[in-house]
Amino acid sequence: MLVSIYRYNPEKDQVPYMEDIEVEIPEGRDLMVLDVLHLVKAKDSSVAYRRSCREGVCGSDGLNMNGKNGLACITPLSDVVKKGKLVIRPLPGLPVIRDLVVDMSMFYKQYEKIKPFLINDTPAPAIERLQTPEEREKLDGLYECILCACCSTACPSFWWNPDKFVGPSGLLQAYRFLADSRDTATQERLADLDDPFSVFRCRGIMNCVNVCPKGLNPTRAIGHIRGMLLQRST
Amino acid sequence: MAGLRTLNYDAIVIGGGGSGMRAALQLTESGVKTACITKVFPTRSHTVSAQGGITCAIASADPNDDWRWHMYDTVKGSDYIGDQDAIEYMCSVGPQAVFELDHMGLPFSRTEEGRIYQRPFGGQSKGPDNPTQAARTCAAADRTGHALLHALYQGNLKGGTTFLNEWYAVDLVKNQKGAVVGVIAICIETGETVYIKAKATVMATGGAGRIYESTTNALINTGDGMGMALRAGFHGQDMEMWQFHPTGIYGAGTLVTEGCRGEGGYLINSEGERFMERYAPNAKDLAGRDVVARSMVMEILEGRGCGPKKDHVLLKLDHLGEETLNLRLPGICELSKTFAHVDPVKAPVPVVPTCHYMMGGIPTNIGGEAIMQDSNGNDQIIEGLYACGEAACVSVHGANRLGGNSLLDLVVFGRAAGLQIEKSIREGLVHDEASESDVEQALSRVNRLNSSTSGESTVAVKEDLQRTMQLYFGVFREGESMQKGLKMLEEIGERLKNVHLEDKSQAFNTARIEALELDNLYEVAVATAVSAEGRKESRGAHARNDFTERDDENWLKHSIFNPVTKELTKRDVNFAPKTVEAFPPKVRSY
Repeated sequence: MLVSIYRYNPEKDQVPYMEDIEVEIPEGRDLMVLDVLHLVKAKDSSVAYRRSCREGVCGSDGLNMNGKNGLACITPLSDVVKKGKLVIRPLPGLPVIRDLVVDMSMFYKQYEKIKPFLINDTPAPAIERLQTPEEREKLDGLYECILCACCSTACPSFWWNPDKFVGPSGLLQAYRFLADSRDTATQERLADLDDPFSVFRCRGIMNCVNVCPKGLNPTRAIGHIRGMLLQRST
Repeated sequence: MAGLRTLNYDAIVIGGGGSGMRAALQLTESGVKTACITKVFPTRSHTVSAQGGITCAIASADPNDDWRWHMYDTVKGSDYIGDQDAIEYMCSVGPQAVFELDHMGLPFSRTEEGRIYQRPFGGQSKGPDNPTQAARTCAAADRTGHALLHALYQGNLKGGTTFLNEWYAVDLVKNQKGAVVGVIAICIETGETVYIKAKATVMATGGAGRIYESTTNALINTGDGMGMALRAGFHGQDMEMWQFHPTGIYGAGTLVTEGCRGEGGYLINSEGERFMERYAPNAKDLAGRDVVARSMVMEILEGRGCGPKKDHVLLKLDHLGEETLNLRLPGICELSKTFAHVDPVKAPVPVVPTCHYMMGGIPTNIGGEAIMQDSNGNDQIIEGLYACGEAACVSVHGANRLGGNSLLDLVVFGRAAGLQIEKSIREGLVHDEASESDVEQALSRVNRLNSSTSGESTVAVKEDLQRTMQLYFGVFREGESMQKGLKMLEEIGERLKNVHLEDKSQAFNTARIEALELDNLYEVAVATAVSAEGRKESRGAHARNDFTERDDENWLKHSIFNPVTKELTKRDVNFAPKTVEAFPPKVRSY
């Protein structure tokens, strides 16, 4: 199979280029894209990419595969290869450090901006803070985010304003804490988000929903935040 | 050493997983100048893959639950070579550590009363006289590790911890008195090599499951901390004790939580028989992991395996119903569809025992201080070196870890190491400066790789190493074949000296990191092999065909591997808990 890989080594390349590499795929097994990258690296050890858990829970290997963002370790070739070819590029919209490795600091900065931690001003009880199953259920579809950046780097609004628009991943997390019955900083959190860029640069394009490898729905979470912000201002 | 940049901290924590981040949080909150050095962004650490939960007597499922019952289960699970003072500490302070996690924001599943949901896990009872199955494992669906790791990272962001993300620790720097005074590390993004000085260096580097061909472990689990410690001449404890998890997905090795069986799933052989009823009539599928894994291999060896090659068994879950599976085991349904092409709602999942956890590690006391045996067999504290989590051997898991005890180990002993270091630094912990040659020593591996001109590739050597360990040091072991395995490891060791780094570039050079990791895999593999060959009995996860019985007379002991002499000695197990009577060794049946 022909694999075309985005290559860039800042020490020797003036500009990035695509390199075509022929990879022998073993018969009878539906490999994941990450397996293919291992085969490539066995041939050419200089190809750089991130990977860790190889089971879709750590979020290291978010990549753009034949035009769509996803995790290499849980994307089978049968889902992604078109006409016998696989094109692998780094996640779009972030600076490339080398090959398939992007600089994620802008993405992490947006995550940090939403204060991604529980805030509760009341003294902690001797046991856990009680929460009903119904209250807990509100966190489902939110807490599972693995910070892989597939969504934010598929979002045109994030491409345009990565410094000012929090982006789908960060906003999903913002809502995760707004929705947590154990958190008491709702008003403070909303005030932090109440500007023309942080939330309202979302145009409902829904690329984030389309690519999330965990099947999460940032657009819906953003909708809830919008609702809370509007309610707050009336 | 000229031109080598130096960074200065009071404490450095190597590893950004559960134990490392818990230690870093403790240190940062107490005002100790700390950096957490991690080769991956913290939430990519392997703790993220833990599924089923964190076992702890918080008395939610059973208001009468008692940490002493948890302690008893853990001692029994360890096949009696877990240190009872350490187990007592873990089980008794555990509830506090779990409540802290809730306060930090961990989204635990809930009961109708609003408390943390607890599920049954293997090896859980209601005390020495009551083998009734307990439900003691606190869960966030089947993503507890993910929820825990993210909550800890969030707690560290709130606390203001300094992270050196995507920095790789290469080797410990030891001064002339043998104290650890810091580490040589590479900033992966720029390739810069730096000397990071510290009064306290914490190994929170996790496990090394990648010494085996088939493992549930992440690709990053290369035993870096253990490798560094062994290269520095420090000892490894109980390194023969590797847990093979009963339910790794056949072919892929990815984990399927014990919580599946906790929620009512069970294993069947090719005849559709629930075979665990024969091996463990009382606990059945929730016997200790070592017991279940061995039973599975017995079924396969006796020709009752499933599939065309008859080389695995099946985990039946469909009878639990779609609703329960989606509520309690959503991640498993996802993983099973992706890696086994099976929907557990409709069909059983093909599973096989798979390398999962390193019970051994760097020996430490309860405060995380690393220990070394002197020539008279007495414990000596290694100045400046600490360890916690899977990299350490406190030892709370002994010869076999109970499910859900690793996450508890992480938070309890990460915190304990932080407390101990805070105390030591307040009392004026100082070391002599390392000399230029001390630093050179720690730089030698990087220097050799950077100047290699020809030789073998990392990949080939790594594959042979993993295959050797899989073949000769797996679920069942035997003297003669282990001797053969040791010989092969020797040859691999020779090849290792000749590994060539073709790509000498600086920026994000993952080939260099992988070559450095291979040295660590090798160190851990040799320690494992020598210890396995040396322990002439069967206990817990260590099962020998030539010594099938437990031998308390000679082996109710920790094994200590000395990397300099490559020899094995023994160390006493602690039978002196502070507040309860010790649990004496008994025949272990489930």
